[in-house]
Amino acid sequence: MIDADNLSRKFGDVTAVENLTFHIGEGEVFGLLGPNGAGKTTAVRMLCCLIAKTGGEGRVAGYEIGNEADSLKIRQIIGLIPENVGLYNELGTYRNLDFYARLYGRSEQQRKESIGRLLKLLGLWERRDKPVGTFSKGMKQKVAIARALVHDPEILFLDEPTANLDPEAAKTVRDFILHLKEEEKTIFINTHNLDEAQKLCDRIGILKTHLLRTGTAGELKESLWGNKTVIQLEKIDDSVITAVKNHTPRSVVIEDHRLVIDVADAQRENPGLVEAIVAAGGQIQFVQELNPTLEDVYLKVVRETA
Amino acid sequence: MRLTQAWIIASKELSIFRRKKGIFISVIIFPLFVSVGLPYLIHVILVRSMPVTPDTLAGLLTVINAFAFFFIIGSASLPTAIASYSIVGEKQEQSLEPLLATPTTDGEILLGKSIGALLPPLVAIWVGAVIFMGMIDYYLLGELGYLYYPNAVIAIIMLLLVPLSAITAVEVSIIISARANDVRTAQQLGSLIVIPFALIYVLGEINAIPLNVPYLLILSGIILLVDIVLFYLSKATFQRDEILTKWR
Repeated sequence: MIDADNLSRKFGDVTAVENLTFHIGEGEVFGLLGPNGAGKTTAVRMLCCLIAKTGGEGRVAGYEIGNEADSLKIRQIIGLIPENVGLYNELGTYRNLDFYARLYGRSEQQRKESIGRLLKLLGLWERRDKPVGTFSKGMKQKVAIARALVHDPEILFLDEPTANLDPEAAKTVRDFILHLKEEEKTIFINTHNLDEAQKLCDRIGILKTHLLRTGTAGELKESLWGNKTVIQLEKIDDSVITAVKNHTPRSVVIEDHRLVIDVADAQRENPGLVEAIVAAGGQIQFVQELNPTLEDVYLKVVRETA
Repeated sequence: MRLTQAWIIASKELSIFRRKKGIFISVIIFPLFVSVGLPYLIHVILVRSMPVTPDTLAGLLTVINAFAFFFIIGSASLPTAIASYSIVGEKQEQSLEPLLATPTTDGEILLGKSIGALLPPLVAIWVGAVIFMGMIDYYLLGELGYLYYPNAVIAIIMLLLVPLSAITAVEVSIIISARANDVRTAQQLGSLIVIPFALIYVLGEINAIPLNVPYLLILSGIILLVDIVLFYLSKATFQRDEILTKWR
């Protein structure tokens, strides 16, 4: 549905995005993680045909970005929630949405139906005539979401959709994105909220000018950190170490009274490890599975490139 | 270029304009002053000059023609208030990005915004001109014995010079808006467009140049050329890549 092949953008001598390559399938939720200034917004703007690429290729739903005729077709089938909501504060909610729906060529009947459905779904129907300038940030973000969906787009681009929102408003927005995921919309999310990325995204890319890693949250953790089991013993002697090393070919690190052992599948491997240690005379105090968080992975990847 | 897209944008601009009371009033006041205040001044002069001699009447008609030139000055200044808000205001509220993400071309957005900035001042000026002509005719009919308006001079002013100078103002505002960071600065800089028109008026008043039909037609041609040059400049300024990456 969305393809980038060495997509790049330079601003003068500054490279914002370089050699961005990925494929996002239909109905997939893809999250782009990265620190401020990593090029996330530039990537979204290129894919939405808002700014030109300076290198590489990109296709959205088969249409080529950078091709003037295709750009209009791409913008017709996508919905964008930019980092700043950018609503017309003087106009009412309904009028804001109606304006955009008309630009997408929706008929009056279609506009009535889609605006009514979205406003009711987002709890804004009662406030449809109130100027959006009087709304809280959370409510404005809801209007921006409705605006991006008013023409029932196939693909959604969300640039920091919960940035600057209070926890309750952020949860509402996340829940709505999950609702869209159930509707099998293809969604591209820029975020630096790792928890959000883990909850919402099927796959995650870590961007810092270059795309450093892509994969599911589990794959990223596995590829960079692996799963570990920590076994604390009353004391560790040579017979215990030998028993563990005979049991697993993977890395074993000894820290005071603890063994930190790499495992592929903790639930399957831990009982055998425990049996081997006990058989070697080891007295186990506790066994703990050590899972890295997405934050650990993210920080490791980003710091490696610093 | 799809006119329907441009009109959707223009109608949104007009909706916002109706809600911006400050801008709305500023667009109304000037034509109201010219259309009611100046004919009333003629009336006062007439009453004080009774009985009116042919020389006084000829002088008054020269003054009335000069007064009509005020509508050109108005048309060059009033659109800047709306055009500046339309572009710099939208830049400040960061609402250009979602607009640019819709299936509209840069030209359609530019045209829509230009129509939105042009229509209210043009309507105000044209309505003002009708009142102006009606009042002048009312006050002068007895003295002249015929209706002074409409005539060729006011027709050229209203149908050529007023729209052309309003277009100049909008195009200048677009170019200024690319660099201005706040509405007030854009409006102040944009209002400088009045200076050449005011200069023409002053030159007309001191009889350095005549404000007659041939001269007004030449002036219309010059402004048309300026508008064509400014159109290409403003089109080059209003590019979505430039707007999102270079406009500050």
